[in-house]
Amino acid sequence: MSELLPLFFLFAMGLSLFVYVILDGFDLGIGLLLPLADEREKDVMIASIGPFWDANETWIVLGVGVLLVAFPHAHGIVLTALYIPVTVMLFGLILRGVAFDFRVKAGDARRALWNRAFFAGSLIASLAQGWMLGSYVTGLQDSGTSLAFAALIALTLPALYAMLGGAWLLIKTEYALFDKAVRWCRVAWLPMGLGLLLVSVATPLVSERIAERWFTLPNAIGLLPIPVSCAIAFGAIGWVLNRPRVLHAGYGALVYVCLVVICLMAAIGLAYSIYPDIVIGRMTLYEAAAATGSLQFVFWGVAVTLPLIAGYTVYVYRVFGGKATDLSYE
Amino acid sequence: MEFDAVLLARIQFAANISFHILFPTITIGLAWVLFYFRVRFTLSGDEAWEYAYNFWVKVFALTFALGVVSGITMSFQFGTNWPGFMERAGNIAGPLLGYEVLTAFFLEASFLGIMLFGKQRVSNRTHLVATFLVAFGTSLSAFWILALNSWMQTPQGYSLQDGQFFAESWMQIIFNPSFPYRMVHMLLASLLTSAFLIAGVSAWRVRRGVDGPATWRVLRTGVWLAAAAIPLQILAGDLHGLNTLQHQPEKIAAMEAVWDTERGAPFTLLGLPDEEQRVTHLALRIPYAASLILTHRADGEVRGLNDFDTHPPVAPLFWSFRVMLGVGMLMLLVSWWGAWTLWRRREPGRLLLGALSAMTFSGWVATLAGWYVTEIGRQPWIVSGLLSTAEVAADHPEATLAGTLFGYIGLYLFLLYSYIHALRYLSTKPARSLAMLPQNRPGAAQEASS
Ligand code: HDD
Ligand code: HEM
Ligand code: HEM
Repeated sequence: MSELLPLFFLFAMGLSLFVYVILDGFDLGIGLLLPLADEREKDVMIASIGPFWDANETWIVLGVGVLLVAFPHAHGIVLTALYIPVTVMLFGLILRGVAFDFRVKAGDARRALWNRAFFAGSLIASLAQGWMLGSYVTGLQDSGTSLAFAALIALTLPALYAMLGGAWLLIKTEYALFDKAVRWCRVAWLPMGLGLLLVSVATPLVSERIAERWFTLPNAIGLLPIPVSCAIAFGAIGWVLNRPRVLHAGYGALVYVCLVVICLMAAIGLAYSIYPDIVIGRMTLYEAAAATGSLQFVFWGVAVTLPLIAGYTVYVYRVFGGKATDLSYE
Repeated sequence: MEFDAVLLARIQFAANISFHILFPTITIGLAWVLFYFRVRFTLSGDEAWEYAYNFWVKVFALTFALGVVSGITMSFQFGTNWPGFMERAGNIAGPLLGYEVLTAFFLEASFLGIMLFGKQRVSNRTHLVATFLVAFGTSLSAFWILALNSWMQTPQGYSLQDGQFFAESWMQIIFNPSFPYRMVHMLLASLLTSAFLIAGVSAWRVRRGVDGPATWRVLRTGVWLAAAAIPLQILAGDLHGLNTLQHQPEKIAAMEAVWDTERGAPFTLLGLPDEEQRVTHLALRIPYAASLILTHRADGEVRGLNDFDTHPPVAPLFWSFRVMLGVGMLMLLVSWWGAWTLWRRREPGRLLLGALSAMTFSGWVATLAGWYVTEIGRQPWIVSGLLSTAEVAADHPEATLAGTLFGYIGLYLFLLYSYIHALRYLSTKPARSLAMLPQNRPGAAQEASS
């Protein structure tokens, strides 16, 4: 039991961060795409994420929460090392979270200001998250290559989020906005793919350990499905985006599904690269784990609430299913 | 005073949590008020309740958003500012925070969508349930975070090995000696804060002539709620103080600025505590009152600050405590005046309306003052008597801390300004319920004149 518990919590943490990326990713993406739309469309775009964004954002709280609950020793190290990007990200999340409400409640005179704040907040948060991921993967070092790598991921993540946002609009919108979303996705497709490719090439270059894991023989074959399915999903996105008939027949959701596949593969690949470390090269998950008694206490909480959370999340998405309409409090 | 890294980290944490708590205090109380509006509408079919709900749910959404974004900041700041705290006390703090996320945050955040935008999409019953779950979630979140905070004040149920805390009994940890008092006092504080908010804004609307029958309903609800809650709060506060006397006597000594242990100690109403000379200048005292309040005997013994090895800073505690008491007394005065007027079925005059709108944000003042008493009163410890604050701070460069502190404060001032501005903007719109017949409205005459 005491061996398995840290593993269970590592899984829970990975899962919540993965869910965060695919859910809040589209919220942030909507923020990134907002300046490209006209006034009327802006309202629809925001309405499409209105009932969800708060719960989506809670997944990152859970991710950090699990890091804290299960790996308190790593929690301090990671968050201290990432102090500045975390602070920057928080500024971004604050701006976009409040802009959402203020833009309809502070009066028309200020609407443009809050639209801009919504965009800026989303951009800042995405860049900072990318940067955090980058410096985490390179072991929280300050060397030149690490910084360059962090910068590379910082630029890739917004492209991925914009793509997720566009894909979400393919699910939730119609007519002119739908067509615009197709165009935005087509534009974002190549930079995102290129970014992801560069990141995949760069990762083993900056980290010897990761290179060793991936390019020794039996492993390399076993791991093949990861890059292959990524490539297929990526190709499929490009294919769908250029088939107006497929899109208009209601298969726009395919783009989103393919993006989820890519994110999932990236997550699995990352987990494989760093396991069993939690702070790369410095601390394993067993060294960082909290006392068994504390883990057991929370284990039951997670085991009971996570399925419930999943249940009512699905319920809420179904209540607000279908194409987005104006949000009304009445 | 030197602005070293520890002090900066403390100021930063204090600034952030002070900003955060402004919004939970409103949402926790307002959520229950909104639930009440919905229940009244469902039972009576009276549209005025529905208008009241529709107006205040907008304020709720805005407040909730500010609570969420500032709360997310808080959850990261434990790690960025107090890494040592999590390393040493993570076995206890972690699970309590974890349960808060799992049981409360997801609940409130998920059903919030339905509560805000789902009225047309789900049945009235489901909508009521969603509203209830949001209200319940906010209170549940207070439960977990206050359990942790109270444990840091009055720790029990742990063991210490090599400087690390281990949990021995979760029941004892959660239901530690100060927890029930803090929970009750905080929930009442939230109810009072939202009661004065809704009464104050409604009074303002009436004075501006943008009211309707719904505005009067809300005004009445606010006044009655405040009038009922404030005596309970004073009682709870008194019991809380007695509990603190038992577990953290040095905190009480600092709150009352009692320097030497004495029998029949007087209560210092106002004065200037001076920690260097260890006297209170210009003190205005009520003889025997401190002994009476704290021991319920005129000649009871009150321990003074000079009896303790360490004690918290005196002046901030002394003053914060008096601000809380002062606001509490004002709340009693204004809410009972209002309740008396309404009970006699009189029309509230301009003076009463003015007093109510002046008290709109009084809950914020008392709540912040109360928290300052609690938190500064724990210094120099982060876990009372066991772990000191300086030991657990992060060693970020001072320039970094100062820079981010400036950033936070600038952002928060801007958001606070925007929040109050938006509240004002929303409240100047004429009430939709104006279209209804002006039945049972004490203010009908007034509208004609404005
Ligand atoms: C007495 C109540 C209370 C207190 C003392 C605190 N909070 Fe809080 N917090 C709430 C009551 C609350 C609340 C009522 O549940 C929220 C939800 C919306 C709001 O306005 O406040 C909230 C939101 C909220 C959120 C966002 C949740 C979401 O995504 O829905 C986080 C992460 C935190 N808080 C974290 C903290 C931390 C780390 C605190 C202490 C240092 C803290 N809060 C003090
Ligand atoms: C919600 C209202 C709260 C307010 C207004 C508040 C205010 C403050 C203030 C003013 C300080 C600085 C004290 C000083 O350094 O002199 C502080 C410190 C701190 N508080 Fe709170 N606090 C609140 C709730 C909480 C809760 C719920 C927790 C934990 C569960 C908490 C944990 C801490 C910690 C860890 C510190 C830093 C260490 C220290 O200075 O003791 N606070 N808070
Ligand atoms: C007028 C009578 C009141 C008394 C005697 C009283 C007493 C106290 C005491 C002794 C504490 C410190 C507890 C400790 O840390 O050991 C406290 C804290 C606090 N007070 Fe009051 N209080 C009163 C009124 C109010 C009012 C009107 C509000 C807000 C509307 C309020 C809100 C708070 C809050 C939020 C705290 C911090 C949380 C806690 O420790 O409970 N109090 N109060």
